[in-house]
Amino acid sequence: MLLDTAYNIGTPEGVELRLPVAGLAPRSLAWLIDALIKSATLTVLSIFLQVFGDLGGGIYLLIVFVLLWFYNVLFEILNHGATPGKRALGLRVMNANGTPVGWSGSLLRNLVRFVDVLPGCYAFGCVSVLLSKQFQRLGDLAAGTIVVYAPKTQASGKSDSTPPVPLKARMTLDEQQAIVSFGERANLLNEERAEELAAILTPVLEDADRARLLGHANWLIGERSAS
Amino acid sequence: MRQEAFESRHAESWATFERWIAVLSAPRGRRGPDDDPVATISKNFPAMYRKICHHLALARTRRYSIGLQQRLNQLALDGHQHLYRTRTPFFTAIGNFLVREFPGAFRKQWRFMLASTLMFYLPAVGMALAVVAQPEIIYSLLDPVDVSQMEEMYDPANDVLGRERDSGSDIQMFGFYIYNNISIGFRTFAGGLLFGLGSLFFLIFNGLFFGAITAHLTVAGFTETFSSFVIGHSSFELTAITIFGGVGLMLGYGALAPGRKSRWQAIRSRARDGLPLIYGGTLMLVAAAFVEAFWSSTAWPPLSFKYAVGSFFWVLHIFYFWLMGRNEP
Repeated sequence: MLLDTAYNIGTPEGVELRLPVAGLAPRSLAWLIDALIKSATLTVLSIFLQVFGDLGGGIYLLIVFVLLWFYNVLFEILNHGATPGKRALGLRVMNANGTPVGWSGSLLRNLVRFVDVLPGCYAFGCVSVLLSKQFQRLGDLAAGTIVVYAPKTQASGKSDSTPPVPLKARMTLDEQQAIVSFGERANLLNEERAEELAAILTPVLEDADRARLLGHANWLIGERSAS
Repeated sequence: MRQEAFESRHAESWATFERWIAVLSAPRGRRGPDDDPVATISKNFPAMYRKICHHLALARTRRYSIGLQQRLNQLALDGHQHLYRTRTPFFTAIGNFLVREFPGAFRKQWRFMLASTLMFYLPAVGMALAVVAQPEIIYSLLDPVDVSQMEEMYDPANDVLGRERDSGSDIQMFGFYIYNNISIGFRTFAGGLLFGLGSLFFLIFNGLFFGAITAHLTVAGFTETFSSFVIGHSSFELTAITIFGGVGLMLGYGALAPGRKSRWQAIRSRARDGLPLIYGGTLMLVAAAFVEAFWSSTAWPPLSFKYAVGSFFWVLHIFYFWLMGRNEP
């Protein structure tokens, strides 16, 4: 738990909500996708609007303006905090207190983007993301926003029909939780990796392997006999 | 309690809560007929949300599996986002903004507004005097090509004033003014984050530029064409730029003198204070672009009429910021 990038939000109800903050690489990729979308849109539009001469030129400049300053703002407000690029990378913007980002937050973070770009190639923004605790660029810091991974829907607790195997060894709650989590995630790993991970427990549990750990996991979450 | 028993006992509540979230997130038109009515949801939502929070806390202390914790965390987060989101009716907000919030914020931040006004007009006046005394000075700031282009644009010898254009090119210029001027405004604001230096740079530079061109065209004897073109939109445009500069200076001041807050806290609260001014400034620049594209360039009204309209806009601005928003805290 010490190694992950979870950011905790305290709520009035006395629980902490945990959110994984997104770092430089996924955010840059999301930016790249957005940049491609914007430039593709502008290219297509400029060809189309050329037909209309000066009028088209005016409309083109209006659209450039809106895309330049408000592309992010509009998507972040109307699309649950995510531009298409962020959505593709599974990211979203929210206020640092965990509420959805609103006009003020989104507008501030995207206006200050101008400073993040300075002195070139988003240098200030990148340094700020690397140095700040919640990976915030200057715009995020000024607006009080964060970029987090939008959580994926999780596989539910019991993922395997292995019959429960009683766990004889004495284990702390944390250790038990590790086994249960292994049970949850085993079907996301390939078999060799799962066996390899299971083998780590050999000194504690004799003949620890994948099947046996899954059995223990099912026993720990409460299943008592094979159904 | 074992995890499985816990899950099966509360699965129904969680599923209900998930359904409610889905209903609340869906756009109004797309709610299905068999969804629970929003009134029922609203009534029971807070209690259910507290229950979910309780379950999350239990799941954590009892070390239930990470997957279950994440699911509950997600449910609680969704609930949190729905319960604590802020909403204001749109049109009430707009009216309130124009009558109170914007001028109120302007009055409240008068020191910064004054500072940025001075930082714009002092260089402008200084540069204008310098150009009058020593006309070559303009070339230290502007390219000779640009200068001659300016001269050509406002030469009274042209039979059309400024630019006489068809409606298509009016719209083209409108697009250009929106794109160019508002971008300048936004940069003038955002540059303030660099300890105010960016805003100062844009204010002074634009001031010098404005002063130089005004003086140069006056010396060249193009006063009538130039000022009758500029006077219409100048009140909106120049005031907006100084407002953006002022908010930039607010950011810079927050960074330089945070007081009892941390530096970023100070910047954040200054930025929040300045937001109404940014919205207002943007509206003013849109108005400026509109006037500049569709009114300032027209040739048919008599000069006196254009001067009258332009002066009226200036007076309007003075009274707006002088009289409105006095009762704001």
